[in-house]
Amino acid sequence: MLQDRRPRGGRAPTPEQRARRVLGLLVLACLTVIILDARASSPLDPLRSAVGNVVGPMESATATAVRPFSDLGDTLQTNHGLRKDVARLEAANAQLRGQVATAPVDRQRLAELDGLTKVVGDTGYSMVAAHVVAVGPMQSFSRTVTIDAGTSSGVHKDMTVLNSDGLVGRVVRATRSNATVLLIVDTDSVVGGRLGTNLEIGFLRGRGSVGDTGRLALDLVDNSVVPAKDDVVVTWGSKDGVPYVAGIPIGRVESVVSSPRQSSRQAVIEPFVDFTALDVVGVVVPKGTKGDRPVLTAGAPQ
Amino acid sequence: MTALRGAGFAALVCAAVVAQAVVFRFVAIDGVVPDIALVLVVVAAIDRGPQFGAVLGFAAGLLVDLAPPADHIAGRWALALVVVGYLAGRVRDDARSSALGAVLVVGAASFVGTSLYALSGVVLGDGALPVDETLRVIVTSVLWDVLLAPLLVPLLLRAFDLLGRDPVPARSRVLH
Repeated sequence: MLQDRRPRGGRAPTPEQRARRVLGLLVLACLTVIILDARASSPLDPLRSAVGNVVGPMESATATAVRPFSDLGDTLQTNHGLRKDVARLEAANAQLRGQVATAPVDRQRLAELDGLTKVVGDTGYSMVAAHVVAVGPMQSFSRTVTIDAGTSSGVHKDMTVLNSDGLVGRVVRATRSNATVLLIVDTDSVVGGRLGTNLEIGFLRGRGSVGDTGRLALDLVDNSVVPAKDDVVVTWGSKDGVPYVAGIPIGRVESVVSSPRQSSRQAVIEPFVDFTALDVVGVVVPKGTKGDRPVLTAGAPQ
Repeated sequence: MTALRGAGFAALVCAAVVAQAVVFRFVAIDGVVPDIALVLVVVAAIDRGPQFGAVLGFAAGLLVDLAPPADHIAGRWALALVVVGYLAGRVRDDARSSALGAVLVVGAASFVGTSLYALSGVVLGDGALPVDETLRVIVTSVLWDVLLAPLLVPLLLRAFDLLGRDPVPARSRVLH
């Protein structure tokens, strides 16, 4: 009598064979997910926000629970930024409000030089303050953080995020109670920037690392301009402030690298924000935003 | 697997993913944190074999891919952790023979997992860094995981013991 040799036939598969089959199926499943999500309008977005609605509050709750112990990091790694943060936390509201008015670069002057229809009143931004609750691991090679404010506080996709030092990033995704922020040091991040002294515009790209080596690369539109060292770079803003509002300080020119081959100059920008010690951030929201947390309104510019 | 046991594993996976994003960021070295989810998958594979390791790797990886603040293409960590779970399960006998063996398997798994993830990023053009930068992240990540393995592996093995195991490993071999 002939024995049926098909896999699903008479002989039961060994555990090794079953494991291999499971591996094959799971790898196929992963590839399917990757292919689905790689498209511009991903069918996985509803699933992503569903997971965000569950995990986001868990992250917020855990962050609240461990915040008293976060000083531990201070003793383990001599990170002065964290210690500075404690002081910053206490004065957070006042500083966030004052940040717009006391920006290192004169925001008003920029607005006037724009010569556009911007009235001074429109450049006083309203903000929602939030805590950073989770930071994406560097192993994922992207620089993103979760904040504990979401659509219920008026935070939506493509809003500017800053702290008292300068520009932090933009909101890329928001659920009801949390939002994901893409930091400007991420390699996917491009910000329109303007040199403080001569108003030349360019584009800043993240280099992907944080900490002391976290830098941005600035490519100026006009190749003949040489950025001066220590010149301040601010955002030049987009239409309706989406995703970046104008006049937010980004960083300082650290060095200028010129490549003869490309006949262009690239400036290395040291960001003002310490991305390893992010805590209190402000999300710029439209005026008159109603939400479940107070909206900080900038003092009317003089 | 009973529903209760499944819930137990789900809770472990959630706790690992939240812990590495929320708690361990305070000790991050240039943003690199201990990969608790990966260690969890390796321990699962050592304890229960390659099939369970791959399945838990898929679940944990997908959660890392979808939970905030992830912003990369979903499925990349899932793919890396499925392979890690399967491979760790294949060498489980070596890992169980000695404590050093388990630590070495965690280190190797960390290297394979992070490298696979980086590689998929290069292939998909999704947030890839320069090679030297990538290698630095991978090496730091391996060091972190090896450093924490002597603490985490016994702890997680104990948690797996508490969750209990399916009572019929021998019979299932005959039935299916």
